[in-house]
Order: sequence, then structure tokens, then C-alpha cells
Amino acid sequence: MKRRQFIRVGSYGAAGAAVAGGLTTDWYGRYANPIADPGTDGDRVVPSFCELCFWKCGILAHVKDGRVTKIKGNPKDPLSNGQLCPRGAGGTGLLYDPDRLQKPMVRRDKRGAQVFEEVSWDDALGVVAENFERIKAEHGAGALALFSHGYGGSWMKHLFKAYGSPNIAAPSYAQCRGPREVGFDLTFGSGVGSPENTDIRNARCLVLIGSHLGENMHNTQVQDFADAIRNGADIITVDPRHSVAASKSRWWLPIKPGTDTALLLAWMNVIIGEGLYDRDYVEQYAYGFEQLSEHVKAFTPEWAYPRTGIEPDVIRRTARAMGAARPATLVHPGRHVTWYGDDTQRSRAIAILNALLGSWGRKGGFFIPSQVSIPPYEYPGYLPHDDQAADRPAPSDYPLADQVLAQGVCDATVPGVVGDSRIKAWMVYGSNLPTTLPDPENTYKAIQELDFLVTVDVLPAEIVGWSDVVLPEATYLERCDELFAPWWREPYVAVRQEVVPPMYDSKPGWWIARELGKRIGLPEFFPWKDSEEYAKTRLEAAGLDCDVMRADGVILGEPAPLYFEEGALPEFYTDSGKIELYSPKLAALGFDPMPTYDHSALEEPPEGYYRLLFGRAPVHTFGRTTNNRLLSEVYRENEVWVNRDVARRWGLEDGERVYLQNQDGKRSSFSAPVKVTGRIRPDAVYVVHGYGRRAPKLRFVHGKGIDDNELITRYKVDPIMGGTGMNVNFVTFLRADDLEVAS
Amino acid sequence: MQETTTTRLNAFIDPSLHIWHYEVPVYLFLGGLVAGLMVIAGLWMLRAPDSPRSRALSLMPWAAPVLISVGMLFLWLDLENPFNAFRFYFTFELTSPMSWGSWILLGVYPASILLAWASTPADMRDRWLVRLARVPGVDRLDAWVSGHVPLLASLNVVLGAALGVYTGVLLGTMAARPLWNSAILGPLFLVSGLSTGAAFMMLYRLERREKELLSRVDMGLISVELLLLALWMIGLAAGGAASRAGLHTIMGGPYTAAFWTLVVALGLLTPLIGEWIEHQHSVVPARLTAALVLIGGLALRWIIVYAGQHSGWVTDLASR
Amino acid sequence: MSAVSYGMVVDTRTCVACAACVIACKTENDVAEGFSRDWIFTATSGSFPNLEMEIRSERCNHCEDAPCVSVCPTGASHYGPGGTVQVTESKCTGCKACIAACPYDARFIDPRTGAIDKCTFCVHRVENGTPTTACQEVCPTKSIYFGDLNDPESEVSRLLRTRQAYALLPDAGTRPKHFFLK
Repeated sequence: MKRRQFIRVGSYGAAGAAVAGGLTTDWYGRYANPIADPGTDGDRVVPSFCELCFWKCGILAHVKDGRVTKIKGNPKDPLSNGQLCPRGAGGTGLLYDPDRLQKPMVRRDKRGAQVFEEVSWDDALGVVAENFERIKAEHGAGALALFSHGYGGSWMKHLFKAYGSPNIAAPSYAQCRGPREVGFDLTFGSGVGSPENTDIRNARCLVLIGSHLGENMHNTQVQDFADAIRNGADIITVDPRHSVAASKSRWWLPIKPGTDTALLLAWMNVIIGEGLYDRDYVEQYAYGFEQLSEHVKAFTPEWAYPRTGIEPDVIRRTARAMGAARPATLVHPGRHVTWYGDDTQRSRAIAILNALLGSWGRKGGFFIPSQVSIPPYEYPGYLPHDDQAADRPAPSDYPLADQVLAQGVCDATVPGVVGDSRIKAWMVYGSNLPTTLPDPENTYKAIQELDFLVTVDVLPAEIVGWSDVVLPEATYLERCDELFAPWWREPYVAVRQEVVPPMYDSKPGWWIARELGKRIGLPEFFPWKDSEEYAKTRLEAAGLDCDVMRADGVILGEPAPLYFEEGALPEFYTDSGKIELYSPKLAALGFDPMPTYDHSALEEPPEGYYRLLFGRAPVHTFGRTTNNRLLSEVYRENEVWVNRDVARRWGLEDGERVYLQNQDGKRSSFSAPVKVTGRIRPDAVYVVHGYGRRAPKLRFVHGKGIDDNELITRYKVDPIMGGTGMNVNFVTFLRADDLEVAS
Repeated sequence: MQETTTTRLNAFIDPSLHIWHYEVPVYLFLGGLVAGLMVIAGLWMLRAPDSPRSRALSLMPWAAPVLISVGMLFLWLDLENPFNAFRFYFTFELTSPMSWGSWILLGVYPASILLAWASTPADMRDRWLVRLARVPGVDRLDAWVSGHVPLLASLNVVLGAALGVYTGVLLGTMAARPLWNSAILGPLFLVSGLSTGAAFMMLYRLERREKELLSRVDMGLISVELLLLALWMIGLAAGGAASRAGLHTIMGGPYTAAFWTLVVALGLLTPLIGEWIEHQHSVVPARLTAALVLIGGLALRWIIVYAGQHSGWVTDLASR
Repeated sequence: MSAVSYGMVVDTRTCVACAACVIACKTENDVAEGFSRDWIFTATSGSFPNLEMEIRSERCNHCEDAPCVSVCPTGASHYGPGGTVQVTESKCTGCKACIAACPYDARFIDPRTGAIDKCTFCVHRVENGTPTTACQEVCPTKSIYFGDLNDPESEVSRLLRTRQAYALLPDAGTRPKHFFLK
């Protein structure tokens, strides 16, 4: 071979080898793979607390280039402990919701036509002030009512108290937790509050009556629930539906809806009868044991079986497990307990059961919480007024209600329902009454009777469309609010601070309250420059460092003993100073001093109808979050849970769309897909609450799924404290195919 | 009785895989066809280099680079990030049939163009040489080609076979898609490609004996194709629950009618019978059977791509 | 000293299907609307009232023998830090062969870039001083564990030694590094 050829071949060969080598080795490392960074870490991280639900977990909000990229839990916060539920993690979906209210609006057509004109804050507040003053002059301050839900409502409540109206209602009382507060207060002398003083993490036996922890995502309770599982706690879930909690339980009792009190009484029967109660505790702290003992003799497991559907053997074995774990047996008080109208007595039964097991004030039961005390802001005194809240037909009704009944205030707006109508104007803060109060037709009727309705909200929910004036509030990430110092196992103070400035023309609640206050003659009640100054004043009065607060978001207080055994004082703020298993107070008012169970009062569904039950999805806080695109993306519409055998009888297939129609002929506005499942009893159906929205401007959730509240046309009122029992409606199925072809 | 729920949001997976649409079967069809052209043209040049050929047959190899360009255009349209296509040529991934394919396609261009040049009738070549006289190196290239026809032909046979088989290997090695997961898919696509290549050639004005030869070859190819299809389906039936579910898409499921009519009846059996009758009696028009073979070839790939995306593993309760 | 091999362990006993991991991942990693890198899967077996439910938080399994890596024609899908499976966006042509190759259906195309997207085991954090993934950090039930499978003292290794665990589709031959505790 000639040399030139050799060189040519050789160099081609070498070049070829180099190229081939490069092609198979990433070009000798020069074509490397970088690690991609999504770049969501904030250049500023601001601590605050969440408002996607009402738990108020401490968060750390990351802000990058003026935009909140992500929200994490604040590890210093004793509620979130650095972790968040999906709603908190999805807070940016609220902040950047394209459907948010942007400017103040005034109604320009008839109520309900939803025709508004955008106006300036000055104009809008002027209209509100003018109407408030006119109504107060003509009818008195008692003709104005405030409905409030959410932490920012504290400013509105302050405004109303200063203005002299007693009608300040939160639906969270009579539509949610009220009965258990009264039930526990009657027994132990205090309610359980929020966050509840439940020592779930240390429970060795956890009993859930209808509580669906894990779908109900109160962060700390779910964290504790996981701890209890890891610690091998015996979990007993009593629920007509096989909830996530039921799937983690040693026993799932698929109880007939409405019969829980019978089961609780039977448990008392076994626990007392077999000596499984905490003798020393009951002797030392309880009053009325003999009466209770006698009272529950009749409520045997055999008596309970035909009423509840739970076998006597199961009732005994679960009672024994509860007894064996005492005093670390926690019968959970639940959260939303307004079910059947006898809810105070059922909560009493739960409280009594806990007392028998010795769990109040004991590890694994209920801890004794403590609080950081911060002096209130020094305001002039509120106007005294003798008026009672206009929330019940007669003053003697619902004698143990210690908060205003929201449905009562609504009723008092309609002439003839409660004598002459007394309420003329509503201010509604952060509460969508048409999906909150039962019998929404009545709510709309009441709205039409109003002289004036002003809503303060973040999203265009149904109530907003029916208002006269709409005031857009800034979201929790855009405002500073009242300090949060809860009663908790670790006392602490948390602050909510402005993470990003308010978007659009929205304003924080403190500003709205103050500007309105100035216009209705209450400037002295809003002397601070802004809520930050308000908070600073109070913190300094408590001797706390504002800079630390701003930087950390949380300041911890001195821990106090949690349990009697650790030195917590066994004080019970009942009339007798003891745990009242027998309640003289109830007897004096003509109610059963100890819970009983009347099976004849339980209605059976008509043929072809099923009891409508509703609950929570972990990504949602009832109707508040269903328009949040981040959260609803994962659960686009709700489904109707139908028992497999029932579905077979109806010929319903999984995913088939149905409308629901209730016993009064009321039909759901929209359809939802059927979920054929073995996870629910054949006599009930279940939906997640918050869907099927009619508000046209909630574009993401409008028309998606079924609104259970539309179908709650009947409710049973608890005679003791006025709670509205809503699980008393029955529904049947209408196939969407049939209906939609016909129309 | 099992109920499953998932919150997964993936428009490419739910309710079943749909990542590849019409672009991919069209490319597979054209690629297979071109593979057939290259192999048949190459073999023809190797075995009968000097025997006279019709003008149509001589110019036939030019269809290869044209059709493969159309095919590659469809492939490029399927890419979600088409302007990154040059990345295929910055590396050679040994384990990726798609990487083999991108380099094979690169090689197909010079190989098929040069063979087509070699196959072109001399008078046409001379005319073009005059036109291209200004282009440097053309004469030298022409000389080289003339002197290396057997090499070029062999190269075309090899590259053509690779082109025809790699797409089947690509789909066949996907363990995640049971309908595709078979070693038979490679040979099946190759044989189908050869068959469609022959059928394509029969659409043109060839001499009778050329057509007869192609027809006899095609009969053989179709017979082998039927056998391979049967083996493929037997393999699926014997392969476990996921494979059987895959087979179900063409045996009772949504693609059953299309498969058995368009692919088997019209695309394979009818042309086979037609060619056999032709062979015996020389009556049936060759173009009709050829068209049916082409339709069958496209339908085969279309159904395999779509039905294969229907089948998958089901993430199940773990074996407890 | 053996190389780091990242893996994940999910405790199905404590996972409550809340999907906090899904939302946290979305915001941490700026995941495209309409897609998710991780998801909740539940399977209920039995019939009323004898039911059992299995709950899992799932994502890419970062397999040791990943079919998505072997099928990728440009090398965009590759093994990154700690043996995780990553995708280099600039090399991805969007041919989607890897989506077809993945038996776990964990991959998708980000419509904003045209490139493949999937769980990255948060290597941008993990290799940068924060040794937790976003999903692990947020999980209220502390059901998600992440760490070095090659370190016998890591939490993930300890859990795999002391609890019954399984991986998905073991017969697919991909050697996944995502495990579930029973």
C-alpha cells in the first residue's frame, strides 16, 4: 500500500473512530446532562397561616419575582409541623383564580339577575353606609345581621358589635359543630373547640363516630391519626360508608344511619355491666353514675342490634377493646355533627362514654389545652343593648344555644316566619349561604325580602350574585389579619402577614371594616393605622418580639401540663363542678338528663329512595375550594356513591350520569356520574359536598356534579341548641340519558 | 370484585395510551414499502444485472428516496419537539431501535439514490450527466457507481431489510404493550414491507414476465405473512392475561372487524387468491390485487399501532 | 463505598389518599396544567361489608433497568444522580417511544415544551442541600420515605428490612426502586 493511501485511510479511520466514539459517549462528556431546576424557590419566604380551611396551619409562602410559586408548611408551627394538607399546598390556586372578584360592584338590575356595575370603593362603601344608617335609624341596629365564616371575619364582627347589633351568626355553629360543643359542655363543663383537644396521637383505642379523618383533612388530626396507626392503636370506625378511616380500622361498623346513639348506649351498657370503666376516675370526678348505670341497663347489645344492624357480639368485642385500652381510649367528638336533630344528645352520649373510660384530661384521650394570653386591643366599650339575637321564634327556644343560630337569623328575615320580620339587612362575610344553610329556596326567599345585602368575598359564589353591593376582599396571602393564639397542647401565637400586595382592586378585611366604620360613626373603634399596627400593639403589650414574629411566623409559649397525671388541674366548669353523667341542667329544662334513643322517630326511606349522606374530599373545604383549579383538577366533579346491589337492581353502570330527586320532588340542577361501590350501605347514597354550583361566574365548578344542599329541603332542628340536622332527606335516581333526551 | 380509582392526570395515558396517531402508521407503511423496493431492486440488480428491463422497472428505484422523504415528513410531524430532530444524529444509542432507525434512514438516502442512478437507462443517464456537467465530482461518482453495482445492490438489500425490520423490532421490544411485545413483529413488518413493495411495483406499466415474477414472489410473501400473523396471534393467546387482553382488541374487541376484513380478507386472502388465479389463467387485472395488498399493508400497520395502544399492564393489587 | 442509589418507600398503611403529594409536587416542580407527576391509586377488594382498601402514592419508579432509557434514541432519557431516571429537555424530540415503553404509565409530554416530563425525585433539591422530595416534605401522614438504598442505615433501607414490602409489576423486569409497605 502506498504511503499516501495509508495516511489517507489511516486519517479517515481515526476521524471515523473519533466520531463513532463521540456518538456513543456523549461526545466525551461535553454533551452532558444538566440537572433541571424548576426555579420555584422563593427569593423571599414569608411565614403566615393558611385560610383554605379553618384550621389555620402555619405556612411558608415562597415568592419569586413578585409571584407566589409554592406554599410549604412552617416547621415551627405547632399545627402544621412543617406539613400541609393538599388544600394548603394548593393556595396559589386561590390567589391566582381567574374568577376572583376584582372590583367593588353595585347591583343594577333586580336581585338575582346578576347585573352589576363596577364602582370605586368610595362609592361602594358609601352605598353600604347609607343603607346601614337608614335601616338603623328606622328599625334599630338589631335589624342588621352579619353572617361570618373565616378568620378575616373578626374585623366585621368587631364592626357589628360596635354598631350595636346582636345578630352575628356563624354557620359553623348550628350547621356544623354546635351540638358537640353543647353536649361536651354539659358533661365536662367545656366544649372541645377548634383545634380540638383530642390526643389522637397517644390513643391506644380510637373510636370514630361518622368522623372521616383522612377525607376530612384537618392537618394535625390526620398527622396524629397516622401516628396512632403506627403505634398500633385499635381503630373502630362507625360509619354507613367504608371511609378511608374505616379502611385503616380494626373494626368497621356499617351502622344504619341515624342509630348511632343506640350503639353508644349499648356500649355504655357493656362497659358498665362488665366493669370496663375507669372506676377511680368516675368515683373521683363524676356525678350521676348510679342514675346512668340504672338507665343503660335496658340498652343491651341485643336491644341495639335490630336498631343499628350491628351484631351483639361485635358490640361486646368493641366495647371490651375500648375498655381494655382505657384511659387512652378516645371516642372522637366528630366535627360536623348536625345530622338528625338529636345531635346534642348523641354528643352527650359520646362525652359520657369518654367520661366512663376516664379519657378527659388523660393521655390518649383529651388533653388540657393552654393558651398564650395576649391583651385585647383597648377599644371604647361596645354599645350595650338588651336585644336578644333575632334567631329563634321564642326566647325560650333552644335554651342552651350559646351562639347565634344562622338559620334562625335567615328565617327572621322572612315576614311571618318569626312574627314580624325583624332583619332588614345582611352583611355576609366569606360564607356562601345558599350552599350552607339547609333549604336554599328559603334562603333565596329571605334574600328577596331584604332591604339590603352586602357581601364581602373573594370569589363570585352564589350569594355574591344576589347581593346589592359586592366588596372584593384580598385573599389570605394578601393581607394581615387578627393574631391567632389558640388553645392547644403547645400554646403559641401566630401571625398572618401580607405575602404579596392585594391583586386587582381587592382590599383586606380590616381596611373594609375600618372604612365602613368611619362612615357609620364608629371611627373610634378603628384607631390603628393598619392591622399590622394593631397586631404590633397587642404583641408588645404581651411582651413579645415583633421582629421574631415577622421572621418566624410563630412564637411559642410556655408549655403547661397536658394531663391530670402530669399536674393539669382536674377542673370541670359544670354547675356541680363534676363531670355530669346525669345532667340536672337538662332535666330542669325538660330534656332527657341522660341520652335515650327513640327508634320510632327514625324515618325510613320510601321505596326506591335512599338516604342522602354527604361529606368531604381531602382536596376540598366544602364549597370554598371547588373552583380552585389546582385542587379540582384532581377531582373534577363529585360522584354519587351507590351500593353495588342497588346499582344492579337499577341497572346503573359505573360512570353513568344521574340526576337526584328528593322526597319533596326537588331535583338536582345538574347530573353526576354514579360510583358503583361496595363501600356504602344499600340504604344510603353519598356525595362530596361543594359541587354542582349554579353560580355562573365560578367557571371551573359551574355545572359540575351535584349540589347536595339543593336536595336538603327538610331538616330537623335540635330542640336543645337549634342545630339543623341535615341527613334527613331521601333521594331517588333519574337517568341523565332519559331526562336529557326528553328535554 | 375490585374497584380502583386513580387521580392520575395524563392525557397521553388515560383512558388508554394514545401517543401515536395516523402519522406513525403512514410512516410505517411507506417505510415498509420503500424497504420492499430497495430489497427487490437490489436483488434484481444482483441476480439479473444484464437482462433487459422495462423502462418503468428501471426507473422504479427512484420511488424509494421520494417515498421515504414523504414518510419521514410524517414522522417529523409526529414529534412533539420537531425542531430538536437533529438530536437524533448527535448520538448512537445501541439499545434503541429508534436510534438504529434514524441512522438507517440516513443511509437509505445515498444507497437508494445511487442504486436508482445505476438502474436508470443509459440514455437518460447520459442526458443528465450533460445537464450536471458543471457539478464537481459527478463524473467521478458516475464512474464509481458503474464499477460498483453489486456492492450498491447488496447495500440496498441490507439497508432495505434493516429498514423493513427495525420498526417491528421497535414495537416488538416494548414489554409494556403486550399486543406489540413479540419477536415476530420484526419479521412480520419486513415481509409485509416486501409484499407492499412488490405490489407498488405492480401498479406500473411493467412487462408481462416482470409482473409474473413479482406476482409469484408476492404470493410467497403473502403466504409467509399469513403464517407470521397466525404465529403472532398464537403467541399472544398463550402469553398470559395482559397478552390475551391485547389479542382481544382484534378478537372481539374494537378493532376486530377492521382487522379481519381490511387486513386479512381484503389485504391478504383476496390478493393471494387473485394472484393464484392470475397465475393459472392470466385473467385478473394485476393492478386491483396490488391495490388491495397496499390497502392491507396500511391497514395492518394502522390497526397494530392503534390496537397496541389499547393494551397495557394494569397496575393491580400487589400479590399479597 | 458504593454509589448512591435513590429510592422511595411509601407506607400504604398510613397513606390516606389525601393527594397533598400531588399538589405539592405540582407547585414545587411547576407541572403543566392537566398533568401530574405523581398520583393516588386506590384498590378496594371484597364486597360489602367485608372490604379492604389499598392506597398508594405512585410516580415514576426510577427503575434500575429502565426501558425508557434503553428505548430513547437521543439519550435524553438517561440515568442521573443517584441512579434516578431523568430527562434532558434540550435533547428530547418528543418521539414518545418512552411513554410507550414505560409499563407504569409515568411519563407524559409537557405541552409547553414538547419534551417529556415526569417525576425527578426532586434531584434539584436533593442534590442541593435539601435531602427531601417535595412530596415527602408535605405528606401529613409521613407516609413517604426517600433515601439511599445502598446505605444500609438509611431509613428506606431499614424499612425495607423490617417491613413487608412490594414493588409494582416486578415481572416487567424493570427493577423499580419505588416500594410500598404493606
